[in-house]
Amino acid sequence: MALFNRTPVAPLEYTRKLWMRSWVAATMFFLYAPLLVLMIFSFNDSKRNVVWKGFTLKYYEKALNNDSLVEAMVNSLTIAGLATVFSLVLGALAAVMLWRFKFPFKGAVEGTMSLPIIVPEICLGVAFLIFFAKIEWPTELPWPLNLSAITIAHITFCFPFVAMVVRSRLASFNIEEEEAAKDLGASEWQTFRDILLPHMKPGLIAGALLAFTLSLDDFVITFFTSGPDTITFPVKVYSMVRFSVTPEVNAASTILILLTIILTAVALKLQGVKAIADTH
Amino acid sequence: MAGGLQDWKKHKRPFAAIAGAPLLWLLLFFLVPMAIVWLYSFGENAGPADIAISGTLDNYKRAIEWLYLSIFLKSLAVAALVTLICLIIGFPVAMAITFAAPKWRPWLLLGIMLPFWTNLLIRTYALMMLMGTNGYANKGLGALWDGASWLRTLVGMQPLEAWTPVQLLYNNFAVVLGLVYVHLPFMVLPLYSALDRLDKSLIEASLDLGAGHLRTLMKIVVPLAGPGILAGVMITLIPALGAYLTPDLMGGTESQMIANVIERQFKRANDWPFGAALSFLLIYAMFILIALQSMRRDKGDAR
Repeated sequence: MALFNRTPVAPLEYTRKLWMRSWVAATMFFLYAPLLVLMIFSFNDSKRNVVWKGFTLKYYEKALNNDSLVEAMVNSLTIAGLATVFSLVLGALAAVMLWRFKFPFKGAVEGTMSLPIIVPEICLGVAFLIFFAKIEWPTELPWPLNLSAITIAHITFCFPFVAMVVRSRLASFNIEEEEAAKDLGASEWQTFRDILLPHMKPGLIAGALLAFTLSLDDFVITFFTSGPDTITFPVKVYSMVRFSVTPEVNAASTILILLTIILTAVALKLQGVKAIADTH
Repeated sequence: MAGGLQDWKKHKRPFAAIAGAPLLWLLLFFLVPMAIVWLYSFGENAGPADIAISGTLDNYKRAIEWLYLSIFLKSLAVAALVTLICLIIGFPVAMAITFAAPKWRPWLLLGIMLPFWTNLLIRTYALMMLMGTNGYANKGLGALWDGASWLRTLVGMQPLEAWTPVQLLYNNFAVVLGLVYVHLPFMVLPLYSALDRLDKSLIEASLDLGAGHLRTLMKIVVPLAGPGILAGVMITLIPALGAYLTPDLMGGTESQMIANVIERQFKRANDWPFGAALSFLLIYAMFILIALQSMRRDKGDAR
């Protein structure tokens, strides 16, 4: 163990100083302890959350048999999936547009594009509430069309993030590769498909993951955009936390935390830990 | 890369194909909704579901009354305090990651990012569970209290009274702690990328020339990483100022922040024009913060 390594500590090896290590450990404890306790107590056989009464899976069973909870989860995943696909296309197009073309008011367009990232969620939420009420967006549509308003709202705040990530990836593209392809007789479309798109791929994967997690995470905007009958997972958990804390919430939350971990693991597999750490 | 930029006029067709969809989307589903809110902020309620845009400034006048202004200022103070605490906790963490062995660095970063990807509501709820009257935070404090009581009997003093659980939730303390908990990754990641870009030989030089660690930190690291630190501060301050969920779930009646007041205007009070005015004031506050930051940055570049 490096901790008991007796080689002298070099001046810049701050990480090997005990107080620094304790600080990092304490921070990680602060970040993870609540989540771990939540996950452990989702297996607790007790109505009262904090006393350990024995192992049970009954709250998972209850959560999975709770139709409205499952429906909310399915809604959330559907919205996140749709929002990811649309944000990916729009974000990639926006990134290529800003990277490649000179056009009037480019600075203004760039600024406007980053606004959905900066404007507070609550303001975006009320904007969509007013907008969909004003244009009288139909609310009683069959599934999944009843999710369209929420999906549109999610795409709006997700695609600028995708554009940002993809654009920073494009900055490392060597334009000569494209010229070479064209010199060798490739058409515009072939060049895009075979040269530019493969180069953009890591940015697209990172952007897609970002859009998916942002959409799955969103509570405030959905809270304002959803009609009375369309509920997403965070909105459902909110009302459960707000009005009746039951251990079912722990079970449902644990499922979502596991989903996040699985997604992260998939991303690690696709890109490697270093690339993921570089994409923040 | 500037030389490679194509003029849209010479490539109208590819430009239209690429730019059309994102620009149209931005116009229809972002600018139009924002414009409607902005117009509503100059309107008044004309009926139960009708809003007349009359060009009145009454909503803004009401928004700068002390009742609302004080909530605004308090939100700003809470956000500033949260940012400061995040900076104090996050800076050593970012330093530690920067100077960690290359093998460990990505995993430490991932450790910071994983909670950041976990659902905000779930994180808030997990913290609430811990901080309840019967939660582990209270039990931990109780154990410390009992320990102190036992120590007192050791030195011959009267033991303390039995531990009564304290109210950790539903007050300002809970809001600040909750906001620090959810915003910490926002601070650590930009700090890390700023520190990572730093030329480490400068730190070594400073240490070789006899400056202590603290002095090196203050005179070398902080000025050089200044723009990154400022970026971290903004990235934490802005969402903390507009936070809705944490004050709503963890705060009491006296710890409402500006976002909660906006929400109330739209849901319970049903005063959309006033809510619209408040939300535009919040947006203007963000713009001012961002303008201040870019002014600082320009000045820094000119040096």
